[in-house]
Amino acid sequence: MIAEAGHYALVLALGLALIQSIVPMLGARWGDVALMNVARSTALAQLLFVGASFIALVMLHVTSDFSVVNVFENSHSMKPLIYKITGVWGNHEGSMLLWVSILALFGGLVAAFGNNLPLTLRAHVLAVQAWIASAFYLFILLTSNPFLRIANPPIEGRDLNPVLQDIGLAVHPPMLYLGYVGFSISFSFAVAALIEGRIDAAWARWVRPWTLLAWIFLTLGIAMGSYWAYYELGWGGWWFWDPVENASLMPWLAGTALLHSAVVMEKRNALKVWTILLSILTFSLSLLGTFVVRSGVLTSVHAFATDPARGVFILLILCLFIGGSLSLYAARAASLKQGGLFAPISREGALVLNNLFLTTACATVFIGTLYPLALEVLTGDKISVGAPFFNLTFGPLFVPLMIAVPFGPLLAWKRGDLLGAAQRLTAAGIAALIAIAVLWAWTRGGASFAPLAIGLAVFVVAGALTDLAERLGLFRLPFGTSVQRARGLPRAAWGTAFAHAGVGIALIGIVCETTWNSEYIGTMKPGDSAKVAGYELKLDDIGQRQGPNFREMVARFTVGLDGKTLSVMTPSKRNFTTRGASTTEAALLTRGVSQLYISLGDIAADGGIAVRIYHKPMVLLIWFGPVLMAFGGFLSLSDRRLRVGAPKPAKAARALQAAE
Amino acid sequence: MTRKQRRLVMIGGSLAVLAVAAALVLSALRDSIVFFSTPSMVAEKHISAGKRFRLGGLVQPGSLKRGDNLAVTFEVADGSATLPVAYKGILPDLFREGQGVVAEGALDQSGVFRADTVLAKHDETYMPKEVADALKKQGHWKDDYGKPSASAGPQPVQGAMR
Repeated sequence: MIAEAGHYALVLALGLALIQSIVPMLGARWGDVALMNVARSTALAQLLFVGASFIALVMLHVTSDFSVVNVFENSHSMKPLIYKITGVWGNHEGSMLLWVSILALFGGLVAAFGNNLPLTLRAHVLAVQAWIASAFYLFILLTSNPFLRIANPPIEGRDLNPVLQDIGLAVHPPMLYLGYVGFSISFSFAVAALIEGRIDAAWARWVRPWTLLAWIFLTLGIAMGSYWAYYELGWGGWWFWDPVENASLMPWLAGTALLHSAVVMEKRNALKVWTILLSILTFSLSLLGTFVVRSGVLTSVHAFATDPARGVFILLILCLFIGGSLSLYAARAASLKQGGLFAPISREGALVLNNLFLTTACATVFIGTLYPLALEVLTGDKISVGAPFFNLTFGPLFVPLMIAVPFGPLLAWKRGDLLGAAQRLTAAGIAALIAIAVLWAWTRGGASFAPLAIGLAVFVVAGALTDLAERLGLFRLPFGTSVQRARGLPRAAWGTAFAHAGVGIALIGIVCETTWNSEYIGTMKPGDSAKVAGYELKLDDIGQRQGPNFREMVARFTVGLDGKTLSVMTPSKRNFTTRGASTTEAALLTRGVSQLYISLGDIAADGGIAVRIYHKPMVLLIWFGPVLMAFGGFLSLSDRRLRVGAPKPAKAARALQAAE
Repeated sequence: MTRKQRRLVMIGGSLAVLAVAAALVLSALRDSIVFFSTPSMVAEKHISAGKRFRLGGLVQPGSLKRGDNLAVTFEVADGSATLPVAYKGILPDLFREGQGVVAEGALDQSGVFRADTVLAKHDETYMPKEVADALKKQGHWKDDYGKPSASAGPQPVQGAMR
């Protein structure tokens, strides 16, 4: 019954989405308020029905109803409850249902909180949302229905892929989807603006919070995925330049650019046409990511199932939306009025530079990710483009961007003073030089590149602090005045400083981890000990343990430093009986922001066990940086300016005609 | 500056960055891409020693030998040819005899493939796409390769891979 109800709710949601696609458009064309208002109610009802459908699938998984194919293939009655719930989106069908649920959630949010939007704009935005939703409902119902039944229900399920039986699955996909799908809002706003042929600073003020929200979740989602890969895959890597990772990085880069160009548009009414294009590109890259991951053209951890029909269907959706929106853009962009003059050396100029480097970096990732696919289709040659390619292209493009980051906030709008900004950054520059000199002296004979990179990161962090200090008048004015200024400073300014500092902090982590990582790989028997980065790790014993749906082999290591015992680490290797698959559970010991990392390999014939031990200096900064960026994003989002007093567009009806 | 001059500065700057990016991409593509081969392609093409490539195929049953200090050797087969592979390190969790594998490295003078990476994929039903395509082309593809075996045989002892 539950499966059928869920299926039925999904079909109803499709029906509602179809109505929402057409009726509000007609209403906007005829100027009929009642028809335009249909968008609001259908968007909310759609959210209700998709939500019901999603809850139905969760209930099927929780109650282990193995008469449903999706549950049978991905669940097991012995699985812990948390993984029964997260397992809902640990498979292709369920994750697509999560995708559309989040899409409906965003549509519902616009409907619920978009009361101050002009009626036609809201109608158009929700209609465009419904086009996307309809396409994906059809995709789910026709190719990936999670509610299909089996004729002869088996007693036990096949269990979830063991790698996915981790708390990471509860956080990473929903976060990532909130990011991916959140960009659909800026896409819908962009397409709606193109349809209406009107765009103004008020438009940017509405789009910015939505973009920011999506960006925050995407940042956290990517960081969480990276940390998950780091501790779960057992070899201590946190970024592999895997096509699927790139698929999430591309919308992030484009979305970061969008975030910054939307600022220019809001404050200075410039870069309109470019902002619209970025909105379209950002969501297009999200769709491309969905295609890459879900079609199975690339095999990876994330490609749950490969079915050519699905690939073709998503490719069609992709072509329809990207092709359609870009054609609309080509046809209508010229009619949008240009505005806002500014000198190349100005805040706007700095943000243009930011956009230029971010989009170019995004383009190199795009080429590296899709070139192998294109080459295979064209010539049949199979190649792989790995980390060296991205290090050689992405890296050099990020260096000038990082140098420019501290300058941006210090330049004035319209016409900036580069010399003045440079003078104010003297302290940050000196801090960077000191960092370089100290590291050089400390690691003499070692890598010469790393101190420079860390110097750059220190410059970015110190630059962000300089910006704050300048605004507060710290050291210039009495301390009391500075505190008062700090209270009055808009939260967006704090947000910018935190987010920029986060970039520098992540860079410090990345450089330290890749340069000064030390490792021990070898076979150990109980009683043996290994020395890594000054720590002494002694293997005490190897034991067996029974988990709810797995057996595990646990090794106990005693960790000592300078003869003193610090802690005990217990890495393990789990064997999941139903799937006959094993996973490596690494043991982590956090020391400050550095970590010791042990993962287990196989037992050799002589009873020794293969182990990998790493010492990863400063590794936690890699994820602490993005968290700081996201925190900065939240601060900006909570800024009053973004919520209150979005200016009413100048007489909507007249402006509409004027721009035509 | 007039609007036109400003625009020229912008466009000039953008083109310069794009040119640098294009140069980076082209040079990186020349130096850092790796081709994929199967054992029979290696035999046909006479790949020279020291040139990096990816080798894919099935791990020949019975060929896996463990040496001292994590050294392992095994053979990769694609139905018509086999190639010996030497690797030092920990094999991925899902490395099995008879299953698909992709290794990256280069041939040495004696014709042994020295792998520095054996790719780990995280699904027991997983068959590397390159391997599947190559096997299909040579007519060695069995339909049940890609599907989960309904009756997974006796489970391997914890950690041991025989």
